[in-house]
Amino acid sequence: MGFLTGLFWLFATIAAALAAGWLFRAAAIAASPQGLAREFRTMPLTASFGLLMILIYILVAIFAPALAPFSETEIVGREYMPWDAVHLLGTDNLGRDMLSRLIYGARNTVGIAFATTALAFVAGSVLGLLAAVVGGWLDQLLSRAVDVLMAIPALIFALLLLTIVGTSILNMILVIALIDSTRVYRLARAVAMNIVVMDYVEAAKLRGEGTWRLITREILPNAMAPLVAEFGLRFCFVFLTISALSFLGLGIQPPTADWGSMVRDNATLISFGDITPLLPAGAIALLTVSVNFVVDWQLHRASGLKE
Amino acid sequence: MTETRDVLLTMKGLRIEGRADETWTEIVKGIDLTLHKGEVLGLIGESGAGKSTIGLAAMGFARDGCRISGGEITFDGIDLRAASEEDRRHLRGHRIAYVAQSAAASFNPAHRLIDQYAEAPVRHQVMSRAEAERDAVDLYRRMQLPNPDEIGFRYPHQVSGGQLQRAMTAMAMACRPDLIIFDEPTTALDVTTQIEVLAAIRDIVDQFDTAAIYITHDLAVVAQMADRIKVLLKGEEVEEADTRTMLTAPREAYTKSLWAVRSFARPEQAPVGGGTPVVSVRTVTAAYGSVDVLHDVSFDVHARRTVAVVGESGSGKSTTARVITGLLPPRRGEILFNGTALPPDYRKRSRDQLRQAQMIYQMADTALNPKLRIRDLIGRPAQMYLGLQGKRLDTRIRELLSLIELEPDDYIDRLPSELSGGQKQRIGIARALAAEPQFIICDEVTSALDQLVAEGILKLLDKLQGEFDLAYMFITHDLATVRAIADEVVVMKDGRVVEQGPKTQMFRPPHDPYTELLLSSVPEMDPDWLTGVLDKRQASG
Repeated sequence: MGFLTGLFWLFATIAAALAAGWLFRAAAIAASPQGLAREFRTMPLTASFGLLMILIYILVAIFAPALAPFSETEIVGREYMPWDAVHLLGTDNLGRDMLSRLIYGARNTVGIAFATTALAFVAGSVLGLLAAVVGGWLDQLLSRAVDVLMAIPALIFALLLLTIVGTSILNMILVIALIDSTRVYRLARAVAMNIVVMDYVEAAKLRGEGTWRLITREILPNAMAPLVAEFGLRFCFVFLTISALSFLGLGIQPPTADWGSMVRDNATLISFGDITPLLPAGAIALLTVSVNFVVDWQLHRASGLKE
Repeated sequence: MTETRDVLLTMKGLRIEGRADETWTEIVKGIDLTLHKGEVLGLIGESGAGKSTIGLAAMGFARDGCRISGGEITFDGIDLRAASEEDRRHLRGHRIAYVAQSAAASFNPAHRLIDQYAEAPVRHQVMSRAEAERDAVDLYRRMQLPNPDEIGFRYPHQVSGGQLQRAMTAMAMACRPDLIIFDEPTTALDVTTQIEVLAAIRDIVDQFDTAAIYITHDLAVVAQMADRIKVLLKGEEVEEADTRTMLTAPREAYTKSLWAVRSFARPEQAPVGGGTPVVSVRTVTAAYGSVDVLHDVSFDVHARRTVAVVGESGSGKSTTARVITGLLPPRRGEILFNGTALPPDYRKRSRDQLRQAQMIYQMADTALNPKLRIRDLIGRPAQMYLGLQGKRLDTRIRELLSLIELEPDDYIDRLPSELSGGQKQRIGIARALAAEPQFIICDEVTSALDQLVAEGILKLLDKLQGEFDLAYMFITHDLATVRAIADEVVVMKDGRVVEQGPKTQMFRPPHDPYTELLLSSVPEMDPDWLTGVLDKRQASG
């Protein structure tokens, strides 16, 4: 019986998710202007659901102070209180409200992950495109440097660097951005290499265009699709790296709420069969899956399978 | 051809739809076709006429995004539309074979030719592997491939394009099919190679009495191959007749216009009377790495003149253009522009030197940035070189669009993907004109276009030359184009200039042997041309 009930809930959840995706898509088509509406019409339900979830995460992150019933750091009760009417998801190992910390965690974890990914992208793609356009020794220098950085396992390298420079949010952002920019560099360079040989780039060179204009006008717009798709994917990896670092104690420092350390702090409850500590993990998983749904859709479009 | 033979393939009221933007539009609109055993039917028409789609439908196949929506296809008594996928698969490769346009893209690069040859007969259980290999060698010999005993054991990249195309035809013959569909099998080849492939295809089709559908846009080619010709336009039949009747007495206006295309030739110009040439290539030797690809190339281009540079692929035509534009600095020799030497590297040239020499590319698809609008594509050179801004720039862009005969209001904000091939090429021309150059290099600008469209482009270029005193260097392998537009001709082979002079002199004997070979390989609209040329070559060689 238990198995059947579980199965029922699984299907119910999937159906609800698809229904939510369908409603969201219908709303998006109705609300957006002509050109955008056409894009949305071709959007699969999974992508629509993903987009909806991402939107919810962003809204929660922005309006965290208004949504959270308690403060992020305030001790409001006993430790490990069960779920009740006041503390909807109970309290954590120090007696802080779990739901509030979950909501604030969205702000910290997602915000930091976004900043890190953006930084990695700007650095990686600018250098990658530059290497492809200029070529020669600059390409060699950058590419070999990237090879060296990539030779060291990412997480261990991050731990090493953070131990050297000390743990702070800024340092963590810079270290992860550095490590992830190498991956972005490789992609940007490979994509740009295929574009650089096109006749329109040759025409622009012969016209006497400068390197910056070549990159921004001729190459970047044509490299955008794979880069955007990679951005989504990279965001997930960064997100997981931050959570992993926090879990190991080198990431976001207490008392700031973040999902990775929330799992670690309350891990003892797992042995009592309480699912509360798994909720932050679930939040991470849901966002990761959602982002990937949207990325898949974008990749599908970029690879020209549609149209 | 008039003898009544058994009917092999019939199509009645064939309709095929293709999907674009979620809606199905008809691309083949009710075609009737009858093919008898051993007969060769030529399908001709511009791109988008539905030739290839009909060719594939003869195998009961529709491409992704297409569906056969109506009509009957009967192959030797079998209803192909009603037959199961299993039955159709059994027919394909066994009784109906297909030869694609690009053999280089259609062979699997990871397997040897003979392995790919043997696949169909062994799979359809016509022959054992050993028999198939013996048979392959025999067919390779009949296709006049060099070293028929061992060529099959090579990989596709180790064999030249013309040989690959012949190997593919041999492969199509492997199961001795009743019907072969040739989809533009020689379009991608040089004229000198094309003639060999045509002769080989014709021989083998004759020997095995195979029926064939020959799809092409080149009238002269179809005249050599087909017993009957069917002319298509936008998915509909224009007319059908015996090859000879069709060539001598076409009924429809559209067919006549197709036939007349090659008649465009600009009037003769008086020979140049001295003066400094706009561009002068002086004893240029250039190399990729350590291998010289150009040897002592010299020629002049004068204002208001068109110099056609002719040769097969690999003859150094495009390399010469790269040297002139400064993309490939020469090892020796120099480029003079109005009498003064240009810096060999384009990065060292001044903005004005860059402005004076513009280039129009073969593939308009890759020559226009797909993410920029026409306004920016054409406007950029005017803005950059002439400093035009705002209102004056807008006026200039509209002026340029009118010059290339496109309605400014309709086109100014379009993306390249919203244009046809010919229109894209016109935008390429406008972009070159925007710089107000004295000299334009046209690199095979018409070879990717249909004949009628190509003729429009040539006429436009001719008109613009008169208006702006332009000097053209026209790179081409198509001698019909040369005849249409050139004043002087430079023939190149293996990186050397073989012969050069005024057009009239070039088309009159005596020729250099290579020029002779090139000239005699250009198909003519006479059905007996191929036989004639082959006989003559046999007699002399």
